[in-house]
Amino acid sequence: MTMTRTLIALSLAAGVAISVLPAAAQEAASPPPPRQTWSFSGPFGQYDEAQLQRGFKIYREVCSNCHSLDLVAFRNLADPGGLGFSEAQAAAVAAEYKIKDVDDKGQPVERAGRPADYFPSPFPNAAAAAAANGVAPPDMSTLAKARVYLRGFPWFIFDAFTQYQELGPDYIHGILTGYEQPPKGFKLPEGGHYNKYFPGHNIAMPQPLQDGQVTYEDGTPQTLDQYAKDVAAFLMWAAEPKLEQRHRIGFQVMIFLIVLSGLLYFTKKKVWHEVEAPREAASGQDPAKTTL
Amino acid sequence: MSGHSTYQPQNGFMRWLEARLPIGGLVHSSFVTYPTPRNLNYWWTFGGILSFMLGVQIVTGVVLAMHYTAHVDLAFKSVELIMRDVNYGWLLRYIHAYGASMFFFAVYIHMFRGIYYGSYKAPREVLWILGVIIYLLMMATGFMGYVLVWGQMSFWAATVITNLFSALPGIGESLVTWLWGGYAVGNPTLNRFFSLHYLLPFAIAGVVVLHVWALHVVGQNNPAGIEPKSDKDTVPFTPYATVKDSFAIAVFCILFAWFVFYIPGYLLNGDNFIPANPAVTPAEIVPEWYYLPFYAILRSIPNKLLGVIALFSSIGILAFLPWLDTSRVRSARYRPLFKQFFWLWVIACVGLGYLGSKPPEGAYVLISRIFTAYYFCFFIIILPLLGIFEKTKPLPNSISDSVLKKA
Repeated sequence: MTMTRTLIALSLAAGVAISVLPAAAQEAASPPPPRQTWSFSGPFGQYDEAQLQRGFKIYREVCSNCHSLDLVAFRNLADPGGLGFSEAQAAAVAAEYKIKDVDDKGQPVERAGRPADYFPSPFPNAAAAAAANGVAPPDMSTLAKARVYLRGFPWFIFDAFTQYQELGPDYIHGILTGYEQPPKGFKLPEGGHYNKYFPGHNIAMPQPLQDGQVTYEDGTPQTLDQYAKDVAAFLMWAAEPKLEQRHRIGFQVMIFLIVLSGLLYFTKKKVWHEVEAPREAASGQDPAKTTL
Repeated sequence: MSGHSTYQPQNGFMRWLEARLPIGGLVHSSFVTYPTPRNLNYWWTFGGILSFMLGVQIVTGVVLAMHYTAHVDLAFKSVELIMRDVNYGWLLRYIHAYGASMFFFAVYIHMFRGIYYGSYKAPREVLWILGVIIYLLMMATGFMGYVLVWGQMSFWAATVITNLFSALPGIGESLVTWLWGGYAVGNPTLNRFFSLHYLLPFAIAGVVVLHVWALHVVGQNNPAGIEPKSDKDTVPFTPYATVKDSFAIAVFCILFAWFVFYIPGYLLNGDNFIPANPAVTPAEIVPEWYYLPFYAILRSIPNKLLGVIALFSSIGILAFLPWLDTSRVRSARYRPLFKQFFWLWVIACVGLGYLGSKPPEGAYVLISRIFTAYYFCFFIIILPLLGIFEKTKPLPNSISDSVLKKA
């Protein structure tokens, strides 16, 4: 027993020693973005169609001036488990865009977009994007999965059980709402902007959204906080468009596996019964003297 | 695979086949009548779990390869399109990505179990060494598979890991150029990694066959660490081990499904959702969790060449374990001192895993060094000496004694 206790004490001591270390380093770093409530979190989470549509409106009116969305096609707007557009609506959105193509005679033309087209990039190439903005604005297709922040010990262990998966949307919401005046003594480089949640606080992007900037027709409050939530939800959909299917199949698979495990457990109990609790032992005989 | 077969073919075709190719008898003696110790606990089900995982990885991998494009300009996009446009492509990809993690998770438990119960000791040295070879092949396969995604972390992990070889004196630089197929990680690198990532799992499957063959020659070790003496000490593989392994695999799948369906972002590095860009270095280059202990060992040593030597030694030393451990008692149950040193070693391994994910600065380096030192001392000093000085507990007379006396 003392050995076990020594071991537990040692491992606890090691754990404490390790977890105390990063505290000093983290003080200088940016604070974690505040957790938001998302309709798509948890095992039964689903996207909120209206929210995705509002987020899409913000993307079109604001973000898409600088950010591309290379991996999303217009047809995806009508995919199940997403924005809930009809195919006609998706085609209508596509038709509003000009797509560069080559005609039958091999001449470059601009034609109206079709559902199979992908969202066109606001800049002809990365160099042009960088020249216009200082730094090339990142593509937004996978942004909600790429912009995660470190949870650190011991939170990352709890996250496995609580299914906290919304680090990306929380971070994006944090960035959009995290612009403020730099604190006294903070030297902001030329062309930089101070953001509370950005690592190093110096972000190249000026504050993109303000209260009342985008008009909502469904009566949703036109606040920065609401905009940030809606566009973060839209970007989560853009990065993980099959989330609803994943949650639905996941539940079916879980039920199947739990029932299967239960059946196998009782089968195993039955098969091993003679080995684990020999009949002879119950009737007071020595089981070692009989064969199985 | 174990001696003479008692297999009686049930129909005409199997009798005909058996006289020409005794495959029915082979399967029968290996997976039906094969005697397994009756006292095996659930730690022994991880062999079956690992075979299952190898099958899962090969099946999902073959289908993914049908949709994947190994080219620097297309690889990242082809993976994303698998997730978006291929029917159940997201499922295949997440199963394959988490399959790798579950595979390593299972292999680590399998290895810890082997060390705890002394499963590498005579006559199981070859069985153990084959296992170390499988583990090495797994590490190479896993690393190359991670590169195929061609995200930022793929590219930079490939750069960092291949650069390790540049530490070798004299030939280092030329060797790295040869590995890359160019002067930097590029398209030739990606193409050969894809080729090898497709090839090596079949090499693993081949060594697994040898591993199982060796296992069926010498028989399984067991928690008591003593050989079966009579029929009373064993039960036939089918139905006893078959049903127990099936139950364990089903439970393991629940854990697997939890990751795949509910927290697929949990172990995936965010930077790997950004396409590879040789011009931008990520803030921190971190390998997958299953390499972290070795990464910590590498970084705990200030000299690059010595660090690389320590990294490879930390894996290579496992192959010598049967001779480094001088104790004649196998199971830690009867080795009170070994048991404590073993758990300290497990703490060192897990601790190194955590430290491998942290930047190499300040106290992290110091603790990494202490754990690294202990990791090697465990093998080189503690195990050889324990065999001489440790006072072991008396062994039970037989396996059935150890089971029934307890009850």
